[in-house]
Amino acid sequence: MQIKFEINGEMVEIDVAPRISLADCLRDTLGLTGTHLGCEHGVCGACTVLVDGQAVRACLMLAVETDGQSIVTIEGLSNDDALTPLQASFRKHHALQCGFCTPGMITTAHALLSNEPHADADRVREVLSGNICRCTGYIPIVEAVLSAREHYADKNGSK
Amino acid sequence: MKFPDFDYACPASLDEALQLLEAHGEDALILAGGQSLMPVLAFRLAAPRILVDIKKLPGLDSVATNGEGFRLGANVRWCDILANGELRAAHPLLVEAIGHVAHYQIRNRGTVGGSLAYADPAAEMPGIAVTCDAEIVVASRTGERIVKAADFFLGALSTRLAPGEIITELRLPAWPAKRRWAFQEFARRRGDFALAGTAVFFDLNGEGLAVDAHVGVIGASDRPHRLAGAEAAITGSRVDADAISAAAAAASQEVEPMEDFHAPAAYRRSLVGTLVARALTDAMAD
Repeated sequence: MQIKFEINGEMVEIDVAPRISLADCLRDTLGLTGTHLGCEHGVCGACTVLVDGQAVRACLMLAVETDGQSIVTIEGLSNDDALTPLQASFRKHHALQCGFCTPGMITTAHALLSNEPHADADRVREVLSGNICRCTGYIPIVEAVLSAREHYADKNGSK
Repeated sequence: MKFPDFDYACPASLDEALQLLEAHGEDALILAGGQSLMPVLAFRLAAPRILVDIKKLPGLDSVATNGEGFRLGANVRWCDILANGELRAAHPLLVEAIGHVAHYQIRNRGTVGGSLAYADPAAEMPGIAVTCDAEIVVASRTGERIVKAADFFLGALSTRLAPGEIITELRLPAWPAKRRWAFQEFARRRGDFALAGTAVFFDLNGEGLAVDAHVGVIGASDRPHRLAGAEAAITGSRVDADAISAAAAAASQEVEPMEDFHAPAAYRRSLVGTLVARALTDAMAD
């Protein structure tokens, strides 16, 4: 099927079979391998991307479902020159070790803080409960997200 | 595993969707939010020839409230319910229970109709529907029918929905402002399917005695259901410590829990009693 969607700000038109998940489409068709695939059935959160601004599991959506929508992957949340405030906070707090879960953690945390820049520790834990990390024990990840809040609060003004 | 091969259709009207379902019979499955269907496909537990995506059907994403109750369109997502401040004030039990559904990302996609149709025994939406005496509106080529939630669920992943039918709406009865209520569930990881859960509500009459008691349970047998013994134990009482322990004991006794990899039956039996006691205590706290 022919679909047209926006990936990280760029309009893309591709031909994709209905059975292909958004995650496989991103990785295999578009070469965006920053989106990681762990469980492939909606448990681990590693493949989280933003669809129309909302965090979703890319393994639980068909690529054809996203026709006409706007998708942001981990590649769209970083730039070549410097770490973003959220990435810098992950580095500062040692919020990653092997790094496999990190793209999903960053996309999920970015969606949360964009909508709720004042999320408290409980809320951050609740939202990140959908993302499995087998290295860190989560505490540094929660700290990293909490300390990145100020950058989102500034950006969103009074929100 | 990767999904099996299938076709995909995204009809723009209910009529068109129903025609597709009729034409393909049991080879067609309905795709709503996909948060249960995609894992089912990944595990190859189903192999449809075609998925009929109902996201474009008009009118299925609305939440309406009037004096008679609440109407939730089948495509209303969990995040829509949680963001709806009016609904939180008007039906706090519903919104509290939906806050326990799965994880953040899944709540951005999962839908009311999808959860009802999938009928997981531990799912919150079917549990609330049964506990609250809700009705489920189902459309097909021959018209519309209304099924009581209490009759809708036949067992694990099994409902009265026939091939060719689409759930269009969930109707919840009106909710008095002063009603006492609580929701409790226990899962090993936040957001995972509960090992058991309970929704309770009742009204206090002029003398402070409980009337119209409802105690529902999820995750403790093959479908959500109400607990008549626990309801009887608090009806007409002040829902004090004695009545609460009697209700908890009755609840433990009357459930018929399954035994599986996650927990032995005896554990679930005990858990149901504990959760009913916690919920009733919550409901009486100010």
